[in-house]
Amino acid sequence: MNLMMLLEMASSGFGDRTAVGSQGRGLTYEQLFQRAGATAMRFREAGIDRVSMVDVSSEALPIALFGSAWAGVPFVPLNYRLTRPELRHLAAEVAPSVTVCNDDALAAIGDLDGVRAVVRPDFLAQWAEGSAPDSDWNVDPEEIAILLYTSGTTGTPKAAVLRHRHLVSYIIGSVEFMGAAEDEATLVSVPPYHVAGMAAILSSVYAGRRIVQLPNFDPADWVNLVRTEGVTHAMVVPTMLARIVDHMEDIGGGLPTLRALSYGGGKMPAPVIARALDVLPWANFVNAYGLTETSSTVAVLGPEEHREAHRSDDPAVRARLGSAGRPLPAIEVDIRDEEGNPVATGTSGEIWVRGEQVSGEYLGRNSRVTPDGWFPTNDGGSLDGDGYLYVEGRIDDIIVRGGENISPGEIEDVLLSHPSVADAAAVGIPDEQWGEAVAAVVVAAKGQVVDIAELQEFVKSQMRSSRTPDRIEVRDELPYNETGKLLRRILREELAESR
Amino acid sequence: MDLKPGSRLKSSVCDTELIVVKAPSGDVDITCGGAPMADPADAERNGEVAAGAAEGTALGKRYVNEDESLEVLCTKPGDGSLALGDTALSLKEAKPLPASD
Repeated sequence: MNLMMLLEMASSGFGDRTAVGSQGRGLTYEQLFQRAGATAMRFREAGIDRVSMVDVSSEALPIALFGSAWAGVPFVPLNYRLTRPELRHLAAEVAPSVTVCNDDALAAIGDLDGVRAVVRPDFLAQWAEGSAPDSDWNVDPEEIAILLYTSGTTGTPKAAVLRHRHLVSYIIGSVEFMGAAEDEATLVSVPPYHVAGMAAILSSVYAGRRIVQLPNFDPADWVNLVRTEGVTHAMVVPTMLARIVDHMEDIGGGLPTLRALSYGGGKMPAPVIARALDVLPWANFVNAYGLTETSSTVAVLGPEEHREAHRSDDPAVRARLGSAGRPLPAIEVDIRDEEGNPVATGTSGEIWVRGEQVSGEYLGRNSRVTPDGWFPTNDGGSLDGDGYLYVEGRIDDIIVRGGENISPGEIEDVLLSHPSVADAAAVGIPDEQWGEAVAAVVVAAKGQVVDIAELQEFVKSQMRSSRTPDRIEVRDELPYNETGKLLRRILREELAESR
Repeated sequence: MDLKPGSRLKSSVCDTELIVVKAPSGDVDITCGGAPMADPADAERNGEVAAGAAEGTALGKRYVNEDESLEVLCTKPGDGSLALGDTALSLKEAKPLPASD
């Protein structure tokens, strides 16, 4: 198994279709295959252990990804927004490498031992030009395909290991070969160093869906690209969708070509999805849940399930709008307690997953996968009687107040249902009496003023009093990283300090 | 031969190549064009597609046995058709999942 198998199939069957870029002007599957092969030969000649990239999305990304798979070295996309010392640290760890980069990264890491930094125009002109040799990639499924440094929202970044077998299993288990119609195009706005950015390339190549890339997310640019490129599919993280909806409410007009919008990578506030359904009434919504360590998606809530839940009078069916849907056919999901024993249906616990696409492995650390293949995700959640998965967030984020476990998500859902609140985060802060106390930070909705005492009363009326935030702060915005992950650690530190 | 997910197979009588998606444990007697298949590294072209086993394989399609304990994906198409023992494998209907990334 090798990622190149996916591209070779696309190229041999549908070589003339546009793979990346504008219809008719971008790279075809055949051209992408040729460039990957030409690049692979140069990667091999360079005698490196890894191919890295510190740059926004461009056609260089799929070329370098498939070229490294062909050459038999891991591909390591790094976050181009890291500070200079952070980037130098990771680039040194990844060396000896060829690193395709932007000018800023060249200045930051160009002098490091073992790092051969190549700016993107030089990469495209000198490394990616030419034709492919005979197919001679290594087919050992255990070879590492991609190393992805996790976002480090909870500490030092560590590299998740995705082997060829994980990623190929994910694609052939979830995507129909050339299942996309020739007019379909997907807009990729998540960065290369996010698992969804990598998975988007692989899924789209295998599905035959043209890739349109947005290098830096901006809601106006996103809407323009959908309109000018006839985009039919897109994946966004919650913070992106919120900004897109804001923008579309301001400018008016629809996105008639957009048939499918998938969202994931964080908890989607219910009001955002409700507004999105209003501004994009014809789009099919898909909620996807997955982790870097599981090669992206493990559960989906499909368009028909969105509509059914939206229409239903049955509260249990309506609640599914807040679920991550059901596991993919090739994935098993279990909910387990702290000792690793399965819990009863409907009971919260830790989400465990098993399947060929599940890696659960970090470079230089012991695998967290059990001998029989189960990976504890460190996400809390529950399964209902129909197999719908409800994700409650990271277990580390659970607030323990007087021995009672409180999921921040529950409190946030209630806060967000108040008309004066646009965004909300609940965290635990040290407390002498309770061990931890509940604190919340909220952002006021447009034109609204938050009355803190009234909001506390509102939460108390909806939940047990132990879940009512002891303290609520109003801010202009919450701290998110650029891929939409709420930085709870920062809120906890700031709130604990300002007591 | 013993098969596991990810195992690759090549026909000895046509261009067909497969990758195993799912396999039962134990010895699996899979043929293409009426002749045994082998690991691509060992496969040698030897003979012709047998009459009655010449319906061909299609790129990117999945083939399964009756109880779906064996599932293979065609990575290179050819003229032979696939069988497990004496029983032809059948084309598996696609159940498309919504695009999620």
